[in-house]
Amino acid sequence: MDLKDIIKPENLVYTKTKNMTDKELSYCPGCGHGTAHMITMEAVEELDITEKTIGVAPVGCSVLAYEFMNIDMQQAAHGRAPAVATALSRVMPEKVIFTYQGDGDLAAIGTAETIHACNRGENIVIIFVNNGIYGMTGGQMAPTTLMGMKSSTSPYGRTAEQNGNPLKMTELVAQLEGTYNVSRHAVHTFKHVKKAKKAIKQAFKDAMDKKGTQVVEIVSNCNSGWKMTPVKSNEWMVENMFPYYPLGQIKKNGVLVNNSKD
Amino acid sequence: MTEELIIAGFGGQGVLSMGKILAYSGIMQDQEVSWMPSYGPEMRGGTANVTVIVSDERVSSPVLNEFDSAIILNQQSMDKFEEQVKPGGVLLYDPNGIINPPTRKDINIYTIEGSKLSREMGNTKTFNMIVFGAYLKIKPVVKLENVVLGLKKSLNERYHHLIPLNEDAIKMGQENVVSILEL
Amino acid sequence: MAEVKLMKGNEAFAEAAIRVGADAYFGYPITPQSEVIEYLMTAQPHLTTGMVVLQAESEVAAINMVYGAAGAGKKVLTSSSSPGISLKLEGISYMAGAELPAVILNVVRGGPGLGTIQPSQADYFQAVKGGGHGDYKMLVLAPSSVQEMADFVEDAFDAAFKYRNPVMILSDGVIGQMMEKVIFKEQKDRWTEKELIEINGSWATTGKTPDRERNVITSLDLDSHKMELHNHKLQAKYKQMEEEEVRYEEFMCDDADYIMVAYGSSARIAQKTLNKARAKGIKVGLLRPITLFPYPTKVIHKYTERGVKGFLSVEMSAGQMVEDVRLAVNGKAKVEHFGRNGGIIPSPTEVLDALENQIIK
Repeated sequence: MDLKDIIKPENLVYTKTKNMTDKELSYCPGCGHGTAHMITMEAVEELDITEKTIGVAPVGCSVLAYEFMNIDMQQAAHGRAPAVATALSRVMPEKVIFTYQGDGDLAAIGTAETIHACNRGENIVIIFVNNGIYGMTGGQMAPTTLMGMKSSTSPYGRTAEQNGNPLKMTELVAQLEGTYNVSRHAVHTFKHVKKAKKAIKQAFKDAMDKKGTQVVEIVSNCNSGWKMTPVKSNEWMVENMFPYYPLGQIKKNGVLVNNSKD
Repeated sequence: MTEELIIAGFGGQGVLSMGKILAYSGIMQDQEVSWMPSYGPEMRGGTANVTVIVSDERVSSPVLNEFDSAIILNQQSMDKFEEQVKPGGVLLYDPNGIINPPTRKDINIYTIEGSKLSREMGNTKTFNMIVFGAYLKIKPVVKLENVVLGLKKSLNERYHHLIPLNEDAIKMGQENVVSILEL
Repeated sequence: MAEVKLMKGNEAFAEAAIRVGADAYFGYPITPQSEVIEYLMTAQPHLTTGMVVLQAESEVAAINMVYGAAGAGKKVLTSSSSPGISLKLEGISYMAGAELPAVILNVVRGGPGLGTIQPSQADYFQAVKGGGHGDYKMLVLAPSSVQEMADFVEDAFDAAFKYRNPVMILSDGVIGQMMEKVIFKEQKDRWTEKELIEINGSWATTGKTPDRERNVITSLDLDSHKMELHNHKLQAKYKQMEEEEVRYEEFMCDDADYIMVAYGSSARIAQKTLNKARAKGIKVGLLRPITLFPYPTKVIHKYTERGVKGFLSVEMSAGQMVEDVRLAVNGKAKVEHFGRNGGIIPSPTEVLDALENQIIK
């Protein structure tokens, strides 16, 4: 059988969303960013809000998110995406605004902007990809780097004395009146991808309904920064990241959830 | 005609609003004006001053170091601004709280018992308008009817019922100014 | 006839922002310019024109909100004073790089550091020579009256959208805090999204419609060849500004032997000095640059060709603009600086003394 005989519309089982460009992803093989991008863009397509969605890309590995997401996008200064999104949402309340940020961007340099956007209850979606390290700049310690974890700026392992404790930003913003749905997910298995996408879709819906700030954290791997194979990095993530950053709903419909097991 | 005036005293004495009413009165008679305050923390309790210029011509510098007239309402301001009155100019002050009265012999000096008279009027908030009245008696740079229009402009409408009281205070000041030294 | 109002420069700026049909203001309080946001919050323009006014959590957040709104093609402003402008410079550099229009007011106070809240002009270099990182320029307008604090808002927006570039209004504590007569223009409507696209083209992130490719606002390009081309494009814009946007005002320069150069509140003080000097028979003129970038270099050069003997740059700084005067004079005449620092405003007589002692003698 020839290849041409196989590639036919009637044999199609999956197609890439039109909201992703054809540009080859610049992420390392095995990285979770590609999947996180894809489900975000699928959510936008499925909700039929492509024409009114504007994304804000951060500084970090996903700085070039606008090259892959086929929608109108702004690239923000490091950490300032929630401020940029605040303005977009305020001046165009009929549009749908989201930020896509890493842990260095959201939980270190952008802590103030994140907390204040959440506290004002800006009607935006914050997609927070947490891989516990600065990937883009070559594996430096992040505020979310686990205790004892080695990085290029914590070469002997993170200690509380030297660096403080890993910051649970998502639990922190869940405490604020302005946040509505706050949850933590992962994208390393099909089951987890499905759940994460569902959360992102719900987040977009609630933002459109002006219910406040929606935060979806995605705990992800960084096989390059962690210096592991992709498979090993996912195993390491399940064993080490998930116990400290447990998956599940942290706040639902404006009410804190007590049990955050998954 | 150009009148370059400094009004200086404590914050809370109505220094800035006196200047504002003069500036508005100038506008009412189609003159050019500027109002330049001292600003910042010193407004709250410390010294406050404002430079007001009323002129038939475009106002150049809103900030000056010599004045045609000075209205002085505390000792610190006396110490600072007595010497900045142009020779032949006017210095008007309230003797209340003044330990060292002005000593210059080349300027016209007047007093107004604004503090005392305002208590007698039963409303110490009339203080600045009494002093303003005394100033207008010496330097009629704006007409009284334009002052009333200026008051209307510069006061919030909910205080417009106080305009007659302010007019009385201005008259009180005009009647009670005392000449100490006239060249 | 439009009503004559007595207002502070800061308030006039705020009222003019509403009247010009601005879409948004984002700011953070700092003396001596807090009247801008106080006025806007009291005026509640969201109830009339729909203009958004928001007090941000910091100057950093405020300028990035400006970036966001500008990227959506909105007419957006912010204001601050020196230390706050330092914080905004990162965002301003990003806006210059991403080619975003916005109007930024700096009501300058004395520095460095927390400095003083009193007036100064020591942020000239910061405003005119870039300030933030990278090769960029802002068009800089210097008002010297309350009326200009109002009028320059519209001029600034016109230039900001013409060049897709941030425009700074460089004021100071004198102009911001003093009250003068001001007359406002009629209220203008805010642009609709349709008008925005018709007038400015469809570069803004308003949502990707099927009729066009996606719009991206970014200052990043990791390909250095492309980045160099982008830099060339920016430089061409600044060149065009130099050719088309220079503004200045001359006072008695035609027969002058000596010329004072001063902008903003210093120009007002120098006018008084001019009157005093002319009364003494000194043939002095005053050049007031209205645009600080682009600078009126050509007119200064013209004076030197006519044989003007000396120039005195009067500024509330240790001598910043004087460098641009020297560049324009190019060694053909004497150039000196006179100024006061740290929030002290020079008096007209001090300036006259400087003119006589530093230039004429």
